[in-house]
Amino acid sequence: MTALSLNDVSVTFGDIPVLDRINLHVEQGEFVSILGPSGAGKSTIFRLLTGTLPLQTGTISCAGRENSFAFMPQRDALMPWRRIIDNLTLGLEVQGIPRKDARAQVGPLLGEFGLADFTTHYPAQLSGGMRQRAALLRTIVQGRSIQLLDEPFGALDALTRTQMQTWFEDRWRAARWTTLLVTHDVREAVALSDRIYVLSRRPARVIAEINVPIPRPRLGRPPSAQAYEIEAYLLETLLQQTGETS
Amino acid sequence: MQRPVPRQTGEGLVRGIPAVLSVVSAFVIWEIYVRVSGISPLMLPAPSRVLEQMVQNRVLLWDNTVPTLKATFAGFAMSLTVAFGLSIILDFMPRVRRALFPIFVVSQTLPLVAIAPLVVLWFGFDLTPKVLLVALVTFFPMLVALVDGYASTDPEIEDLMRSMGATRGQTFRAARFPSAMPYFFAGLRISITYAVVAAIFAEYVGARAGLGIVILNAKNSFRPDIVLAAVVISSLLTLVLFAATALLQRTVLRWRDVEGHR
Repeated sequence: MTALSLNDVSVTFGDIPVLDRINLHVEQGEFVSILGPSGAGKSTIFRLLTGTLPLQTGTISCAGRENSFAFMPQRDALMPWRRIIDNLTLGLEVQGIPRKDARAQVGPLLGEFGLADFTTHYPAQLSGGMRQRAALLRTIVQGRSIQLLDEPFGALDALTRTQMQTWFEDRWRAARWTTLLVTHDVREAVALSDRIYVLSRRPARVIAEINVPIPRPRLGRPPSAQAYEIEAYLLETLLQQTGETS
Repeated sequence: MQRPVPRQTGEGLVRGIPAVLSVVSAFVIWEIYVRVSGISPLMLPAPSRVLEQMVQNRVLLWDNTVPTLKATFAGFAMSLTVAFGLSIILDFMPRVRRALFPIFVVSQTLPLVAIAPLVVLWFGFDLTPKVLLVALVTFFPMLVALVDGYASTDPEIEDLMRSMGATRGQTFRAARFPSAMPYFFAGLRISITYAVVAAIFAEYVGARAGLGIVILNAKNSFRPDIVLAAVVISSLLTLVLFAATALLQRTVLRWRDVEGHR
């Protein structure tokens, strides 16, 4: 079943075209990545979906309710004045769920996100990886049908990023959240996705759609030859876009 | 990765030592100068004489401190309430902000020396003109701090709130208001130091009692020792209020202490 589809979605800021007739869809339980050069307009797609930006032309349709997206911004955007537990329940509080019930909903998930001992800490007291896990949990507990992740591991150091990706793959294999990931990291896209859309330079068009039929888990062991092949192809496609192909 | 909240009391005492030393030595130098030079106490009284006068005139001084304190608190409470209320209105209505903000800026350009007698003329010798003058002086730093503070909210946090389907009011309560708190306390600390001075000045211009009146009378009867005694009390009042806001800030902004010690 299709969870989300964008049909001929275009956006211009003033005179500058940013998105040019974007078509993409996400199936239920599928992990889809949007890969593109920096500044291509990847985040603009998320801003359309979360309603920060009004839709100009084209249609967006999603299965189920009106507001079916949970959004995880690039930096963790944890509120520094709220303790971790209160950051986690923020989305539920906004939905009007009383604090006590919200905490009860978050409670069972704390363990697998490695946050059980840190609920009363302030964000500043946690490491980058833990903050990112908290931000992800804050996204998941909202109970929306589609998770929008905007370069969730981009701000982490290389080692922590690898750890987080491996951990995330485990979590995802267990839960199968319908996920749309924005990234410019080719390896990350190949490691996590069922399908990858490649965007061109601004104005962004979909220039490639690639299936990644590699068995999971893919992380925590040497990448397969097939993964290398896909990575090489994606990299070449992207480099052509930045005009730096050899 | 646990970083406990550090206890600061002992540390704070140690940090305070240089400040106490410099203040004490300033008084000692003053005392020595007065004794060595033999300068007339009508020109410059020694700190010991000022202290003596404070003890001797404690009833007079206390009776006149009470009205000053009343004016300070009433004026400050008024300006705090108005600043908060207005800041929220201005935040929700940008057009009103653009229309009214110049007026607030102009209100700060009015010289207190000129305004105070007029306010006394319009509102009489009672509490009202003092309250108004204290409010006028202290209101602006807090309003600006709050308005700037709301605007300082991390845009990613606001995007996040919007993605959660938060209303404008929810975003204000959960994100914009807490974001403004560090700014607010910066403004509060500036305001509170003006408050006592403004109250005393308002009394100086026209009142029945108050530290301003003590200073005026002492000056007219050539008693610099009593002038200075009143000055000491006014300084102490300001210091106590400043310390109270610092304490309040420490409690409200606990999360910042944590951050500062990363």
